[in-house]
Amino acid sequence: MSARISWTAGVPAGASASTSTPLGDCNTCAGETPAVQDIRALLATIPDPEIPAISIVDLGIVRAVRDDCVIITPTYSGCPATHFIEQSIRNALDEAGFRHVRIETTLSPPWTSDWISDEGHEKLRAYGIAPPPRGAVSASLRNDTHAQCPRCGSMNTAEISRFGSTPCKALWRCNACAEPFDRFKCH
Amino acid sequence: MTKAEVSAYATRLGDDALILGQRLSEWCGHAPTIEVDLSLANLALDLIGQATHFLGVAGDSDQLAFHRDALDFSNCLLVEQPNGDFAQTIARQFLFSTFQELHLQALTSSKDERLAAIAAKAVKEVAYHRQLASDWVVRLGDGTEESKTRIEAALDWMWRFVDELFEMDELEMKLAKERVGVDKSTLRVEWDRRVDAVLAEGTLARPAPRRPVLGGRRGHHTEHLGHLLSQMQFLQRAYPGAVW
Ligand SMILES: [Zn+2]
Repeated sequence: MSARISWTAGVPAGASASTSTPLGDCNTCAGETPAVQDIRALLATIPDPEIPAISIVDLGIVRAVRDDCVIITPTYSGCPATHFIEQSIRNALDEAGFRHVRIETTLSPPWTSDWISDEGHEKLRAYGIAPPPRGAVSASLRNDTHAQCPRCGSMNTAEISRFGSTPCKALWRCNACAEPFDRFKCH
Repeated sequence: MTKAEVSAYATRLGDDALILGQRLSEWCGHAPTIEVDLSLANLALDLIGQATHFLGVAGDSDQLAFHRDALDFSNCLLVEQPNGDFAQTIARQFLFSTFQELHLQALTSSKDERLAAIAAKAVKEVAYHRQLASDWVVRLGDGTEESKTRIEAALDWMWRFVDELFEMDELEMKLAKERVGVDKSTLRVEWDRRVDAVLAEGTLARPAPRRPVLGGRRGHHTEHLGHLLSQMQFLQRAYPGAVW
């Protein structure tokens, strides 16, 4: 609970907004300093502790990278991995010689599963987790859209429980191959 | 508005989430099925996370959670009620989550950007809580004779704590007027509509009106809160500042 939290989107108070580089789909933003590119590449190697198949960048929780600051956002208010992720980033930055780079946490705008990258979707599927449908923000909570079984590809699937092994996943089963699977929740 | 007023309001929001989160975590390992166990644990986790953020606006969230006495807690009485049987846990959750979602939705336009940011994040989580609780109210109400009897009794018991959810005092009226807080009395019509719709789907009658029980916001709690706190706070009271 000691993490510094900034309450508004983008850059923390006192920093110059013009040096901020939002991540999103932009992987090779023009005008980026080599340091920012290096930090970004470093972050892309840090796995999510609960779903190690995807990186924290794929998950969409890295919101901005600057030469002196990395801004992250939690997936859920009570995500127990938040502190672990912060520590992983700290260790990676320190080892790579970026001791001066701060880590800040922002709550706004709130994370959405729509921020998971296309590559992240593919990695989730390969790992056995059905990715969330796009447009989650407006999607029905009832998850009426059918998930595709990540093992056999069948659309003949059903939800067992909306709450699964982690806050971000629901438990589903495939009626074709009879295997249970996790589905990343719309959020 | 003053800093103290915003802190007091944020503490109410944080205490509601913290106490209900602690209550739900008592189910961990005891729920009727593994899916329900996971669900209630997830709800608890969301609520405790929200509490951390709201109490963080008021001060040091760990200090506030673990080193205050019952009289200093300002949660509503509904959330401190014991889990009882599964139906009572569901009734409590249903009544509270339906309220909390409306409250947080309104709070997303707070002029205090910290409260607005926490609310915008939390409201997405609470929408799932309300859905889960509503589904169970319908399932128990429209289930067996036994399950119906239990959910009816549970709703009947919890109903006396509903009016307090919408209670406005001088502090909250002032903050609502300054558009920092929410005039909760304006949420009642929509709350009634949503609750009635779920009750109807579950073939349940709306409980008869009860004499409302009030006082949580002023620190007047039922005996249950002290017992909850003694368990929740034991470690930090015995070993102040312990970390792991
Ligand atoms: Zn399958």
